[in-house]
Amino acid sequence: MEKGQKTGTELGMGRSERQPSTTQARWEEEVLNPALERSPERQEVFTTLSGVPVERLYTPSDLADFDYSHDLGDPGEYPFTRGIHRTMYRGRVWTMRQFSGFGSPEDTNQRLHYLLKQGQTGLSIAFDLPTLMGYDSDHALAEGEVGKCGVTVSSLADMETLLAGLPLEQVTTSMTINSPAAIIWAMYLAVAEKSGAELKKISGTTQNDILKEYIAQKEYIFPPKPSMRLVVDTIVYGVREVPRWNAISISGYHIREAGSTAVQELAFTLRDGMEYVEWVVRAGMSVDEFAPRLSFFFNAHNDLFEEVAKYRAARRVWARVMRERFAAQNPRSWLCRFHTQTAGCSLTAQQPYNNVVRTTLQALAAVLGGTQSLHTNSLDEAWALPTEAAVTIALRTQQVIAHESGITNTVDPLAGSYFVEKLTAETERACYEYFDRIDALGGMVAAIEKGFPQKEIHEAAYAYQQAVERKEAVIVGVNDFVTKEERPITLLVIDENVARHQRQKLEQLKKQRDNSRVQATLESLGNAAATDANLMPYILESVRAYATLGEMCDVLRRVFGTYEEPAFR
Amino acid sequence: MDRRIRVLVAKPGLDGHDRGAKIVARALRDAGMEVIYTGLRQTPEMIVNAALQEDVDAIGVSILSGAHRTIVPRICELLHEEGLEDILVVVGGIIPDADIPDLKKVGVTEVFQPGASTQQIVEFIRAHVRTVTSDE
Repeated sequence: MEKGQKTGTELGMGRSERQPSTTQARWEEEVLNPALERSPERQEVFTTLSGVPVERLYTPSDLADFDYSHDLGDPGEYPFTRGIHRTMYRGRVWTMRQFSGFGSPEDTNQRLHYLLKQGQTGLSIAFDLPTLMGYDSDHALAEGEVGKCGVTVSSLADMETLLAGLPLEQVTTSMTINSPAAIIWAMYLAVAEKSGAELKKISGTTQNDILKEYIAQKEYIFPPKPSMRLVVDTIVYGVREVPRWNAISISGYHIREAGSTAVQELAFTLRDGMEYVEWVVRAGMSVDEFAPRLSFFFNAHNDLFEEVAKYRAARRVWARVMRERFAAQNPRSWLCRFHTQTAGCSLTAQQPYNNVVRTTLQALAAVLGGTQSLHTNSLDEAWALPTEAAVTIALRTQQVIAHESGITNTVDPLAGSYFVEKLTAETERACYEYFDRIDALGGMVAAIEKGFPQKEIHEAAYAYQQAVERKEAVIVGVNDFVTKEERPITLLVIDENVARHQRQKLEQLKKQRDNSRVQATLESLGNAAATDANLMPYILESVRAYATLGEMCDVLRRVFGTYEEPAFR
Repeated sequence: MDRRIRVLVAKPGLDGHDRGAKIVARALRDAGMEVIYTGLRQTPEMIVNAALQEDVDAIGVSILSGAHRTIVPRICELLHEEGLEDILVVVGGIIPDADIPDLKKVGVTEVFQPGASTQQIVEFIRAHVRTVTSDE
């Protein structure tokens, strides 16, 4: 970093430029300051959770340059600050989509059916670490990990079990899978085909956002260039063969969970998005061919107004970037469509029922911010994957907001608030500053190689931890309002037999399938990977032959190599 | 003259959540300890080997994936095989209360659950490392 240059944190904490008028200065001297001497405020400085200063009062002078049609527009109108659709929740409530997965494909299938029955309107699948990392459940590195963080899927057979009985043409499915996304997506498509669903009709999302893996979630396998190639292949394949599918969910959630500020979450996510657009355009597609199917994924953290400002800024920034920087002409290319998840890192292990309250406030922020789809965390998730009882409360939280709170009756109800509009504008400004810095570093891939976003995130995380330990940031039940006796709650425990059962299934599978066909498809895949052919058709062939996830990833590891992150000093 | 306490901060298994491990590593450094952070995706063998090579006084294992019941005993077993039982082993991450007794039985001295402060961890390591090395 250059000498004298501010860190992102400092930029995000930039003082708002206010020039008090003479009347204001006199008022402060004669009325306010004496009042403050008698009754001081609780703190010297008030900030958002991310450290952005918050003033006592916002007034029309904060919006001196505000122009409704330039800065906001109506909902469904450029720059979409107020929402991407004209009627928003009056037309259709956001999709209630609970991220779910644990144990065996049978276990998770049961949970998915249960949640649909309880009224969730979209599916979302969590995979276990071996699956996320491209290892079969019988791999040495899978020991102790099978089914613990999500569902284990090693082959098409597991995907068939996982999706059994689900109406794939009627409901959309989101899959949180990154490095092996092309393979897991191919398994989903193969199941859909077999069940008679038309690929032109099915819809869903694959997370497939490798850049944030290097930055935050760390589930990378291959180095950046071949990983980006896989992302491009899936986006292109989607446009041609599965046109309603969102082949990528460009994510800020994990960046925020790693400890970033709200501005960093926004800026790194959208800049990742811009990087993907550049790569797909370089591969030969015109921006309007694929941009309408890019989607995003944000966090919903505790500071309600900071989050609402973030979502509104996201829509405005993305619209401007797509229209002005990438010259997209289709209005659907300008839309920042996003899913939101309430902040996992805000959940406390202590007094877990308080988490229901946190999740509710965070969900409220996401809805006031105009999200298209929402996951609400369960009260027990600081400890384990959610029990059925806990996830039901989480789903009901969304349903109460949707049907009882009244906030869905009108679009973007917080618009026009001096505070919200000012904060939206400040967030947008800070976001562009980050774009400039990342551009100066040579783009996002270069910035990642230089460790820039990773360092920004770590600094913000460390600053927050210090604030908590100095009790400048209060966490109820943890550093204040602590109770000595913790009432134990029932936790979901993953049976160690899941791993053994899955190993047996894999053994059986390898005996029953046509192994010469498997080998042939794997060889074709390896050969194609060494060219610049689109790998999706080859992956599909291997998947249909019941090659395993691990077998396919091993082929790709041999051709692409594997990635090791730079040392942390 | 006391040499500085040497701590290995380790991320075993496939878990990539390193926010906490990096914060602890930095806090320990700020407190004057020498810290070696292993980086991600360490096998128990790699961790124990690093502990041996770096001649550490303590190992802090960070694990949030639920695989601790398999991975941590394996680390302790290998430490025992190498004659490294004197190394203080502490664990942090997502460890339910019910799992703590078994971890302590295999050689973990303390488990730091969500909500623990870096101050607590620093003080604990300072206090318990001295106890171990002064017995030699």
